[in-house]
Amino acid sequence: MDEQELLKDIAGREYSEGFVTRIDQEFIPKGLTEKTVRLISEKKGEPQWLLDFRLDAFRKWQKMEAPMWGHLDRLPEIDFQDIIYYAAPVQDADRPTEIDPELEKTFEKLGIPVREREVLAGVKSKREVAVDAVFDSVSVSTTFRKALSEKGIIFCSFGEAVQRHPDLVRKYLATVVPSGDNFYAALNSAVFSDGSFCYIPKGVKCPMDLSSYFRINAAGTGQFERTLIVADEGSSLSYMEGCTAPMRDANQLHAAVVEIIVEKGADVRYSTVQNWYPGDAQGRGGILNLVTKRGLCKEGAHLSWTQVETGSAITWKYPSTILQGDDSSSEFYSVALTNNYQQADTGTKMIHIGRNTRSRIVSKGISAGHSDNSYRGMVRMMPGAAGARNYSQCDSLLLGSNCGAHTFPYIKNQNPTAQVEHEATTSRISEDQLYYCAQRGISAEEAAGLIVGGYAREVLSRLPMEFAVEARKLLSVNLEGAIG
Amino acid sequence: MDMLEIRNLHASVEGKEILRGVNLTVPAGEVHALMGPNGAGKSTLGAVLTGRPGYTVTEGSVLFKGQDLLSLKPEERSWAGLFMSFQYPVEIPGVSYSAFMKAALDARRRASGKDPLSASEFLKLLSDRMAFVQMKPEFAKREVNVGFSGGEKKRAEVFQMAMLNPDFSILDETDSGLDVDALKIVADGVNALRSPGKSALVITHYKRLLEMVRPDRVHVLKAGQVVAEGGFELVEQIENEGYDSIR
Repeated sequence: MDEQELLKDIAGREYSEGFVTRIDQEFIPKGLTEKTVRLISEKKGEPQWLLDFRLDAFRKWQKMEAPMWGHLDRLPEIDFQDIIYYAAPVQDADRPTEIDPELEKTFEKLGIPVREREVLAGVKSKREVAVDAVFDSVSVSTTFRKALSEKGIIFCSFGEAVQRHPDLVRKYLATVVPSGDNFYAALNSAVFSDGSFCYIPKGVKCPMDLSSYFRINAAGTGQFERTLIVADEGSSLSYMEGCTAPMRDANQLHAAVVEIIVEKGADVRYSTVQNWYPGDAQGRGGILNLVTKRGLCKEGAHLSWTQVETGSAITWKYPSTILQGDDSSSEFYSVALTNNYQQADTGTKMIHIGRNTRSRIVSKGISAGHSDNSYRGMVRMMPGAAGARNYSQCDSLLLGSNCGAHTFPYIKNQNPTAQVEHEATTSRISEDQLYYCAQRGISAEEAAGLIVGGYAREVLSRLPMEFAVEARKLLSVNLEGAIG
Repeated sequence: MDMLEIRNLHASVEGKEILRGVNLTVPAGEVHALMGPNGAGKSTLGAVLTGRPGYTVTEGSVLFKGQDLLSLKPEERSWAGLFMSFQYPVEIPGVSYSAFMKAALDARRRASGKDPLSASEFLKLLSDRMAFVQMKPEFAKREVNVGFSGGEKKRAEVFQMAMLNPDFSILDETDSGLDVDALKIVADGVNALRSPGKSALVITHYKRLLEMVRPDRVHVLKAGQVVAEGGFELVEQIENEGYDSIR
């Protein structure tokens, strides 16, 4: 195989989710004005209070400036007037409640079951996972709703929640991420289209993993999803989130907001495998992933973030926890892999307000090619956080000599009894390791995958099993071309 | 047929010539010993044969089972049946021994167009070979060489040799720093491989391992050249009179 063929082969394997679904879609005109915001709200048939919320956010956003503090010099200036803010598949008027077969095929191809499988009597197949599948600006299917509703669990698209559970949405929306929190959160608050809503009632242990899958399809669009998760007192939930997009030469914007409210004594585990199109080997195209995720923990509540970030041209993301209640705790486990010209600036904020609050941060950055990978994290001990503890570990692994790894930890401790620990390491995959593997017959690329998987093991082992297998595969695939 | 045929091999590291015309032949089915003082080039020979980066062959040839070895990539040499037990095995944090061995076995099976072993076949082989080197079952879950004692590392190398079942094994001072029990495990490993189609080159300073494996032939390397070849009497001579007695 000559070099050209090899490169083609690698490029072909690189991003297998990069296809486009040919389907009739409805678009609104590109550009962003107050009219756009009103149009989106109208499309979704929203009540006045939500339109007011959007308009308020829009006005705030107009006065804000895009944050430039990320270590992301390849983040282009975004022309917000050149984006289409709403794209939805046209629903067949004769079959308003059915999923378009093309869409079903699309999600099938991505390995996302949008239809509940018929479970044969006596045959226990794979563990069940309820899915909310979002295609561009709308949710196209949410599975297992009936089984979940028997336990009082609400799991549906955000749009439907607004219609059917307005009181809940209104009670919790923007209580963790206020509309004016930051530039991209304000933008999202103004133009968000769809996303997932989940409510677990008091004392209920959710019987299956819930998940949202986000698919960008249409060109020239942005995706602005909004997820709101409420775990009421003493409940527990494992939530997973995945995403992909077609390969294109132009960047596409994804600016999401995720809010999680963890009430007294509740437990939420939130896992993300982020696999947006990362751009090509020359750094053309790719998703600009600029998202705000934050959770609020009440007394004795627990929130665990696990993320595997392998996609996107640009990642700007800091899943954070406000530890408001006494004895609440949170973890942030992250693996971020950047290759070619990808840039990631990701980390977390742990805001300790309550007494005896605990947080743990384990961040594993992997940089290859010409990429840049930054950990940015803040640990804040407020004056009332007596006896609070944080432990942070930030490791960086470098492959090759043209990439960068950076660590920006911010620590602010305002309580003398609170303790903050921070450790950081930087390492490389050594030639000796590669040679040792080669002597055993393991080629350099495969060895790199193995070594990186080992390096990330502590984080990967926190993911639900199917997700961990997927994440391992992604790490290997995204490393292709990084070695040798 | 000869397993390994080294002809006038010259090799250098960072511009310094270490091997200066090595001639050495190991026929199929034989175990040979390579002895020599520190700095003679023994480990360099192992590195050159296995294709370690940074070692440049400037002259000469190596035939492995009749095939030009030096044109192959390190992993291709492994697939062809060449194995080396390292003097200083590296650590691979986070990667379990079972995952490492699965990757190594799958790669060589793929190279010869075979499907990977099934999980149950693999586990059977794994536990069988672990028992052979007297490793406890937990060993399979341990990270490759991380936190291993010197003796454990060497045993783990012999375990890998047993797993991969190579045609030709180089044991680079695998006996150094081992107690008698561990030494016996290494010797048993080499002896178990003895068969008409398999060969080994045991690099060592010491007589005690060679007493257990009884090499068919002994080569002495000094200053980058093989200066003497013979039977076990050479081992005795070195043990009694030192390398200076050999010219």
